[in-house]
Amino acid sequence: MTTTTTDGARTVATAPPGPAAKMRRDRHGTRGSTRTFWLFAGPFLAGLLLFVYVPVGWSFYLSLFQAQNTVVPTRFVGLDNYADILTEGPFTDSLWTFTLFALIVVPLTYVLALALALLVHRIRVARAFFRSVFFIPTACSYVVASLVWKLSIFNGVRFGLANTVLGWFGIEPVAWIGTVSPPWYWMVLVTLRLWLQLGFYMILFLAALQQIPKELYEAAWTDGARPGWQTFRHITLPQLRTTSVAVVLLMLIAAYQAFDEFYNLLPNTPYARPPLVYLYYTALGQGQDFGHGSAGALVLSALITMVTLLQGRIFGFGKADS
Amino acid sequence: MSPEQNPSRSFGRRSFLRASGTVAAAGFLAACGGNTGRGGGSTGGKAAISQWYHQYGEAGTQQAALRYAKTYSHADVSVQWIPGDYASKLSSGLVSSSGPDVFEFHPDVQMAKSGQIVPLDDIIADVKSDFTEKDLAANSVDGKVYGIRMIDDPQFLYYRKSLLEKAGVQPPTTFDELIDASRKLDKDGVKGLYLGLKAGSDILASPLVWATGSELLTADHKVAFDTPATVEGLKKMRELYTSKTLLLGAPTDWFDPSAFIQGLTAMQWCGLWAMPGIQKALGDDFGIVPLPGIGSAGRPVVYNGGWSTYVSAKAKDVDAAKAFVKWLWIEQTKLQEDWCTSYGFHIPPRKSLAAKATKLQSGTAAEAVKLFGTNGHYDDPYWTQAMTTISQDMVNNAVVSGKNPESEVAKARTRVEAELKKIA
Repeated sequence: MTTTTTDGARTVATAPPGPAAKMRRDRHGTRGSTRTFWLFAGPFLAGLLLFVYVPVGWSFYLSLFQAQNTVVPTRFVGLDNYADILTEGPFTDSLWTFTLFALIVVPLTYVLALALALLVHRIRVARAFFRSVFFIPTACSYVVASLVWKLSIFNGVRFGLANTVLGWFGIEPVAWIGTVSPPWYWMVLVTLRLWLQLGFYMILFLAALQQIPKELYEAAWTDGARPGWQTFRHITLPQLRTTSVAVVLLMLIAAYQAFDEFYNLLPNTPYARPPLVYLYYTALGQGQDFGHGSAGALVLSALITMVTLLQGRIFGFGKADS
Repeated sequence: MSPEQNPSRSFGRRSFLRASGTVAAAGFLAACGGNTGRGGGSTGGKAAISQWYHQYGEAGTQQAALRYAKTYSHADVSVQWIPGDYASKLSSGLVSSSGPDVFEFHPDVQMAKSGQIVPLDDIIADVKSDFTEKDLAANSVDGKVYGIRMIDDPQFLYYRKSLLEKAGVQPPTTFDELIDASRKLDKDGVKGLYLGLKAGSDILASPLVWATGSELLTADHKVAFDTPATVEGLKKMRELYTSKTLLLGAPTDWFDPSAFIQGLTAMQWCGLWAMPGIQKALGDDFGIVPLPGIGSAGRPVVYNGGWSTYVSAKAKDVDAAKAFVKWLWIEQTKLQEDWCTSYGFHIPPRKSLAAKATKLQSGTAAEAVKLFGTNGHYDDPYWTQAMTTISQDMVNNAVVSGKNPESEVAKARTRVEAELKKIA
């Protein structure tokens, strides 16, 4: 388009931006943004691909082969590795160990984390201090904590901390980790995990508690609800539903992934060997059986996915958003 | 001034983001390369060899290993001293490209059959007759020698002489006597016997079968442990465990003599390597006996642990790695003697060296050598790690968890047979 000025000179029109020009500029902008996106996300996506998806794919490949002492096997065995690990044996035993562990740890962690959150939420002085005190153990390594539990607190000899306390009451030293009947080793495993994880879940609950409108409680009190258990049951707990579902989900997955405390406290014992420890010894220990190890890893992944979906369906994960 | 002429505009927000993104990507890719710990293929014309050891407990061993490597002039040898779970680190190293060229380990048929290690017959040929037949057999697969034995490590029961005398107990010669001794010695805050954190279900899994007179596998690699004698052995171990006289939950495991030295237990299963430390702490107040035999066909057992050196098939220069192994573990007899007797005690696998090892020719050390000669049992390379785990589970289930020993033996047989099929 051209226009003519009053002095007769013809100039190239500076037309108002039309749809075509806008599209060109948008395309240019989009191209720039896309490039920037790939520059930043690319390396991490490549990492995800290289260190997550390729290994998962390779695991599936290995699971179909007899892969003994090699990750480039040649003998195809189909689903034999899956059949082997799913028949009665150490892998299925390890699933029971996990189930028992989850049955103890998940409800206990839920109740105690919520109780701690309620206490810290209600406290009027030094709230930040208590919040930090309970949260700090989360930063501790599982390995370090396991060693402290094993060598210091639940040491089986007379000078262990727990046994020293028992000694004050005239009770004989207990071999905490080595005693199967009664299963004192569960005490060590469970207290360790509680100490490490309670703070994290407490923070999640605390955040959720702070989101509950005070007006709800005021309305309830006006309607005659008594503060305490009644308001907790009919207001606090329902308001925490979404957080509760997320917390239980995280705790279940964390329980499935239990490794460090079992590995460091009770290495490779059949009565306390969760799936990851079994798979570690099968594939990465001297076993070097990558076929069975991979099959087990994929079965475990499938189980975690199923449990997650099932739990989401039962407790209605995300229902509050819809 | 056009944007092209204006540096501030030309290095604008978008350029900055682009540049920093590129740096991030470069950093990521650099991280992918990583430090393998192997060094280059060669330095200054010399071959580079990566040698791996597990972490020995005896003071001075790491310095010795480094000194030996430095002494070798034909290649640059870098020593990795690996604490913790050596077997796992090694197994992942051997399947990747970041493993060792030369490493110590235990004999294993699957490593040989899968081609992870190379035969060493050519470097051992001249001195083969100087190694004991049992050591050679323990490192041989299909007639080829894959490992050079570095040390023989017999294991037995250490007992505290003064505590036994005080309790009126003789060193046990039968398993029943062992149970009885453990009961009588369990007093005054001192437990009777320490067999490790797993109550012996790990380290004694194979010796227990041998002590009943059974074998793990036949000479032609078939299951041999599923005998009534093995079941009897499991029952006896269960009796020992339920006597509640075993030390459980000590700060260190069976291979460390701390529990014995600190007076937490009157008897402990441990190895010859711990003897200098025990002598230093207790003087002559200790003795050793083999694991007593169990049942009518029983026999005393001294389990030979120990380590051998192997050459990885993925070594950067297999010939250079073999030459180093030949130099260190075949030619340098002085260094081998130093390795075997200057830190912890170990029996040199070479007959000529064992005869000259003066520190092992008197007192309890000489007794250990004698017991090893008469009652020594060696690992079978065809008894794989998976089978070891199976037998340890069998013992743990029957002894610690109190499950039916007959069915545990039967289950273990089925699982070991499945493993044997893999190496057939």
